[in-house]
Amino acid sequence: MNHFTPPRLSVRAIAVWRRNFLVWRKIAIPSILGNLADPMIYMFGLGYGLGGLLPEALPAFGGGSYIAFLAAGTVCASTMNAASFETLYSAFARMDVQKTWEAIMNGPVALDDVVLGELFWAAAKATLSGVAILIVVALLGLVQSPLALWAIPVIFLTGLAFAGPGLIVTALAPSYDYFMYYFTLFITPMTLLSGVFFPLDQLPAGIQAISQFLPLTHSVALIRPLLSGQVPDAVLLHVAVLAALGFACFWIALALARRRLLS
Amino acid sequence: MAAPLEVRDLRKRYGDREVVAGISFALAKGECFGLLGPNGAGKTTTLRCCLGLIAPDGGSITMVGEPVPGRAREARERVGVVPQFDNLDPDFSAAENLLVFGRYFGLDDATIRARIPGLLEFAGLTSKTGANIRTLSGGMKRRLTLARALINDPDLLVLDEPTTGLDPQARHLIWERLQGLLAEGKTILLTTHFMEEAERLCGRLAIVDNGRIIAEDTPQALIAEHIPVSPSSLRPANLEDVFLKLTGRDLRD
Repeated sequence: MNHFTPPRLSVRAIAVWRRNFLVWRKIAIPSILGNLADPMIYMFGLGYGLGGLLPEALPAFGGGSYIAFLAAGTVCASTMNAASFETLYSAFARMDVQKTWEAIMNGPVALDDVVLGELFWAAAKATLSGVAILIVVALLGLVQSPLALWAIPVIFLTGLAFAGPGLIVTALAPSYDYFMYYFTLFITPMTLLSGVFFPLDQLPAGIQAISQFLPLTHSVALIRPLLSGQVPDAVLLHVAVLAALGFACFWIALALARRRLLS
Repeated sequence: MAAPLEVRDLRKRYGDREVVAGISFALAKGECFGLLGPNGAGKTTTLRCCLGLIAPDGGSITMVGEPVPGRAREARERVGVVPQFDNLDPDFSAAENLLVFGRYFGLDDATIRARIPGLLEFAGLTSKTGANIRTLSGGMKRRLTLARALINDPDLLVLDEPTTGLDPQARHLIWERLQGLLAEGKTILLTTHFMEEAERLCGRLAIVDNGRIIAEDTPQALIAEHIPVSPSSLRPANLEDVFLKLTGRDLRD
């Protein structure tokens, strides 16, 4: 059987999404606070600690403070992290350890629906994480205009773009131990090479070229101008890259999950 | 009305090993049909093919009138499944497990909530409605899994070794519940390697070995056919004697 046959999706994916939502609702407050703590520590630590050493209004930081520059990057990076953790550790637990996917497929739900439900669930949870930081950033007065509201759909798209690759790794991983490779080889370098902590033009030209292929770069390129009150350049390109990555990776993840679970 | 399940010349190959090598059987409405066989005989693979979870290499399957795997999703709307290994949702209470599972069938919450008390009573778990799954015993979990399989009021129940790992008390309770379901007119497909279970529940059964059905009849007819009455025997022949005679005494795993 060809595992790459097109996904056959149905509205039952919503029931899968709702199952995850019901679990999350029981631990919503600690979950949100937990997701907020780590990025906030970095943002305040580096933003005020390191930012205090720098003169105000550097052109490299778009004419604003370093913490405002970092805030936009933090929104993107923490959305990426939330989508990655959900599709790796949590989805793997449901797929492999708890056999939740298997149970669902005993009902009239295809694996296609299960994986789609997981994709949108991870994107939704990542959106909560990103929006929580956006709210904190706005309360600190680091957001310049209502244009920042457009960051919310971009945050969702960022969640989708990273949920897809996460599901691929989950469909391939023999155990939790392999997720470390994904983080150390993919997520961590990307965080440093996508303009989260410092402008891309600080990097050597060759590495800047690589940066253009990293999904997080496209997320930052949209969110940073939106938070500082500007319309981003090349919006369509960045949106297309993030959406295409999310859906292409969904298809690959589905094919790998079919091979793993249905043969 | 279409037969609840009809399987013709089913084949499934893994590498160069044919795990299911031409199995055919059909269930009549309201009967309990058993697939008996040693570990690795191809029982679970056959069930997974019937449910449309793996694509067979040959043969045809019609479940509740729908072709499988082509319309497996539609077929499973009218089927209840008790899998071999427990996969209740550990993040939920007993009642929430039923609610969430009912949603997979597209049932609305009001319909499901109306069914939950009756199903928990059927499973003897009324006092455990809000209890976390982790606090339930093995027997309670199996009963809840059976209740979960009934959330859509299915025409056909597929049970993969429903009492493996249970103590005699728990096993007898499950048997009693299954007999009740048969009395209500449900059709059951069961795999087991408990001969007593097969003798009590199954109207007809097939003994499967090496991916093939090597005998198929009522339990009594199988005993009469394969075990000659001997005046010197110490006890009456039973299905276990037939099973061992047909499948041999070698270990299978």
